[in-house]
Amino acid sequence: MRILNLLRIAWNAIKLNKMRTFLTMLGIIIGVASVIAMLAIGEGSKESIRKQISSMGSNMITIRPGAGIQGGVRMDPTEMQSLKLADYQALKKDATLLTAISPQVSSSGQSIHGSDNWPTSIYGVTPEYLSIRVLEVTNGSMFTDAEVNAAAKVAVIGQTVVENLFADGENPVGQTIRYNNIPFKVIGVLAEKGENTFGQDQDDVILAPYTTVQKRILAVDYLQSVLASAESEDKALDAVEEVLSIMRKQHNISGNDEDDFNVFSMEELISTFSSTSEMLTVLLVAIASISLLIGGIGIMNIMYVSVKERTREIGLRLAVGGKGSDILIQFLIEAVVISVTGGLIGVVLGVSATVFIEKVLNWPTVITIYSIVLSFAVCAVTGIFFGWYPARKASALDPIVALRYE
Amino acid sequence: MKNIIDIKDLKRHFVMGEETVHALKGISYTIEEGEFVTIMGSSGSGKSTMLNILGCLDQPSSGRYAIDGIAVKDLSRNALAEIRNEKIGFIFQAYNLLPRTTAVENAELPLLYNSSVSSAERRERAIEALTKVGLSERLYHTPSQLSGGQQQRVAIARALVNDPVVILADEATGNLDTRTSYEIMALFQELNAAGKTIVFVTHEPDIAMFSNRTIVLKDGTIIKDSVNDKVLSASGALAAMPKEED
Repeated sequence: MRILNLLRIAWNAIKLNKMRTFLTMLGIIIGVASVIAMLAIGEGSKESIRKQISSMGSNMITIRPGAGIQGGVRMDPTEMQSLKLADYQALKKDATLLTAISPQVSSSGQSIHGSDNWPTSIYGVTPEYLSIRVLEVTNGSMFTDAEVNAAAKVAVIGQTVVENLFADGENPVGQTIRYNNIPFKVIGVLAEKGENTFGQDQDDVILAPYTTVQKRILAVDYLQSVLASAESEDKALDAVEEVLSIMRKQHNISGNDEDDFNVFSMEELISTFSSTSEMLTVLLVAIASISLLIGGIGIMNIMYVSVKERTREIGLRLAVGGKGSDILIQFLIEAVVISVTGGLIGVVLGVSATVFIEKVLNWPTVITIYSIVLSFAVCAVTGIFFGWYPARKASALDPIVALRYE
Repeated sequence: MKNIIDIKDLKRHFVMGEETVHALKGISYTIEEGEFVTIMGSSGSGKSTMLNILGCLDQPSSGRYAIDGIAVKDLSRNALAEIRNEKIGFIFQAYNLLPRTTAVENAELPLLYNSSVSSAERRERAIEALTKVGLSERLYHTPSQLSGGQQQRVAIARALVNDPVVILADEATGNLDTRTSYEIMALFQELNAAGKTIVFVTHEPDIAMFSNRTIVLKDGTIIKDSVNDKVLSASGALAAMPKEED
């Protein structure tokens, strides 16, 4: 009841000074809006990096042979022959945190169709490769496990290859292309994917069964790498651990001996790239926070002037029975109402500004709940903090002095 | 008759640096229910100090002051605020109305600090008080839309709204012309006739003629405490005034 009355009193005082109240709020409004917009921009750029990287492979884990020494010669890891088919089979059998796994052997060479030719890379994989790399076959179909076992000469090709080898409107499916003079029947075309973070054209590929690439093109029996997908982003690191232990067992590496292979996860890549935008976010938020602080000082300033200006009113309120605490709470409510209302307007403005940035400037933005809660909480606390001193001063006034104040 | 105000050997001194100023030097008197008392004195006589103590805005250095049977000495700030809220109605020279606030909202102000009064009852009592002072037509006017006399009537309504045991008026006619002063005094007499106890602090001798007792202070002591046998009727004096040119 008492609080209700004090709320009513504070509300009336705010209503009586609409313009001043609005100007006081302005600092808070701008502060909150900029914190939200800045955080949204920062989160947006982080998210877009994350998206780009994970589009290269969903929770992808890559296993490659490590650098080694053969007969005293230090070898390029890609030429190491230590990653075997048996490793892939062991991983496929024993790993529990992987949803898809595919070996990979690749070669670059010339592809030819009719009078057109095009230099590209061929990747020898299994059908599971599609889900690991987040690829889709739009036309035709992916080769099957049976075709992998049979080392069939079939291929699924990317858009860039299609564009360079086939005439516009020509359906590549069912046709035969030659790769390093070996004929491949095109059975599917991949959906367009564009460039990845590193500027590589992800459409400039030919996919074929790894057995075919091993036997007919490279004439090798080892693997260049094994790709796998972890169950989820959260489990990626656990999956890496699991892969490590399976591989160490497989390669008979015990104790503190060094691994002869490397395991990478996309998570590492993402965190490397995110740290840059993380710093940007911190900087933006720091700047925005300063404007929030200035908004808070604005509140203190106005409340302080307001207490001076209303000294007689305070004296009267004390004379007719208002207690010091009533006056304190009244002024505190005024400060909090101003800052909270300003905060609400700021949230609305910040969200609209973010939508504007996204739609008009085409910047990626992500509005997080925490940015709204955080900036709102900060401005409510600001109201209490900066309203406290003037309110305290008002409540301590001597009614006799206040009543006679000119 | 019940004693509303009971003062015995009341002293008040202020320490200002090295000096001690004795504003009140041992004052005793009582005011009974239904009295209309004028406290007079020139500036420096201790009349303001007296008023502050009567209004529970200040406390005596020594001696006894009881209002409606409650001794105020050594009461806390909050307890004094409660007494002011429930027992006293203040009227000031400068009205002290809240600007840009309607008459009703001004009049109900003391009740806002009394949580036992509901908002409906508060509004009802404010309207009732404004009707009593003749402002039933001006309930939703703000002070800037009212004349000085009307503003003081709002202030009187504010003093009446909590049904106090005593109304304390501090130079309540000081800012008004003679005619309006008489109108306000007529209102005070009317309220007194209805049973209200009124203490009116002033330095104007002609105001004292409308009350039924005068206490004169000088240098912190009472030099005269007399009953007025021939109370002048303010409405009568008003009627006797020459008509204003329109």
